[in-house]
Amino acid sequence: MAAGTTERTGGRVALGLLLPGVLALVATYGLPLVWVLRMSLNEGRSGGAIQQTVTADSFAKVLGDGFYWKVIGSTVQLGVLVTVCAVVLSYPIALFLSQTTSRWRGVLVALAVAPLLTSSVARTYGWMVILGDQGVVNGTLRDLGLISGSVPLANNLTGVVIALTEIFMPYAVLAMLSGFGRLSGELEHAAASLGANRWRVFWRVTLPLSLPGVLTAALLVFVLAISAYVTPALIGGGRVFVLATEIYDEATVQLNWPVAAALSVLLLVLFSTIVLVYQRANRALEAQSGRPS
Amino acid sequence: MGRALWRTLIAALYLFLLAPIIVVLIVSFDTSPYLVFPPTGFSFGSYRQVFSNEGFLNGFRVSLVVGAVVAVLATAIGTMASLALVRGRFRGRGAMNAVFLSPLLVPHVVLALSLLLLFSPLALTDTYLGLTLSHLGIAIPYTIRTVSASLATADTGCEEAARVLGAGPFTTFRRVTLPLIRPGLVAGLVTSFLISFDEAVISLFVAGNRVSPLPVQVLQYVQYRTDPQVAALSVYLILLSVLVVIVVERSLGLRRTLR
Repeated sequence: MAAGTTERTGGRVALGLLLPGVLALVATYGLPLVWVLRMSLNEGRSGGAIQQTVTADSFAKVLGDGFYWKVIGSTVQLGVLVTVCAVVLSYPIALFLSQTTSRWRGVLVALAVAPLLTSSVARTYGWMVILGDQGVVNGTLRDLGLISGSVPLANNLTGVVIALTEIFMPYAVLAMLSGFGRLSGELEHAAASLGANRWRVFWRVTLPLSLPGVLTAALLVFVLAISAYVTPALIGGGRVFVLATEIYDEATVQLNWPVAAALSVLLLVLFSTIVLVYQRANRALEAQSGRPS
Repeated sequence: MGRALWRTLIAALYLFLLAPIIVVLIVSFDTSPYLVFPPTGFSFGSYRQVFSNEGFLNGFRVSLVVGAVVAVLATAIGTMASLALVRGRFRGRGAMNAVFLSPLLVPHVVLALSLLLLFSPLALTDTYLGLTLSHLGIAIPYTIRTVSASLATADTGCEEAARVLGAGPFTTFRRVTLPLIRPGLVAGLVTSFLISFDEAVISLFVAGNRVSPLPVQVLQYVQYRTDPQVAALSVYLILLSVLVVIVVERSLGLRRTLR
């Protein structure tokens, strides 16, 4: 009898417990997103005035303008470059951390993710110091007499890629570490004892087993990179135009909210496409590894 | 030979990963009023100047207040939702779980613009209320994750024993469940505070001149000046987060909370 009462009231209690959370999410996330979709269909007039209507004008303006296509292009370019660099550079660290038996392992893991505890604004500032014309790299090269002017590493895409790579590497390392669960070392041992040399073990055993982790890391870095604002704005020095910086510019400088909203919708579409591609790739990978070879 | 090469590669990658933090540390002791490397002198001047920078001090106060309120609200709301999601038996539980984690799938810059467009006609921009609300949405998914993880591993046997022995649902929650999920609660509080404290993009859109949190102050400062003050401030902030982590580690054990 007591169990029956619990069952019946259970649903109502659960709903009551969920209510504050649902309300908070609707107010801070659901409603604003609906609002931005609606805004993208309005018409932007000069001086920030907005004509309430339903039109695809803003999308037509954005997609009919070569400048915005360049913005979309460099956003994707930035995403791809940062993803490749961050994944390639994080892979050895993650592999090392998953295989090491050192008693310093805990400290080394902490060091690899420590940058996450530092504000991204502060780390971007650090990269400005390193990459600037008077910065660490250029200063050192000049002192060594290798160059007389300066290598352009800031105020362009190169600098943004370098900084974002470092900023997102801890995420990539973490994603890979949790995805490397199947790397027990036993299979590698077996392959080695059966006569495979070290490269062969890596190519035929370690790499295939670690691919799911690599894929997750790549997705994470890509979606973070195409929506990054702080680093492109600061290191780009106003000369790197990506969707995120353009959304801010349209919203606060040009005061064309419908266009800013349309750009946001485009970024969301880009975002969702990538997530779908990831899910496809992940399923294909699972099907492959499930098959006995 | 191969082993030495491998170790060198790992060391080089670690150096790259920690380079900006190391450089910030070095520059923070510099004496020159603009950005040069290597430093021209050594002093603690910048560390003192930070405390006379009105913008930074005000920003710090705003971030502290908003972060604390967001942490408490997000953890309370997250705990209630977790109780329903982990312990509850109702239809659509999986869907509810997905709904609560979905904010993680929206780029912050899109959320930032959306909040600006919604808050602007409601006069919520440049207010404490608006800033707190805007951070609440991104913090709740994290508190749900940490508290849910704690709840899932907590032994339900103790709760059942308490109920059998005559304790009401609230007493059981307060006296049995709450102590059991304390690590999850503390992790939720710390995580949501740090998320709010470090949020730059959403704050940049929603904040104004009156209520402007620290990351926005720093962002605007760095855009026009690159003196060592920002480096010194960054070192303070790094020390603050290290301190938080050590306190959490000491009181709970990091491994249990960071899962």
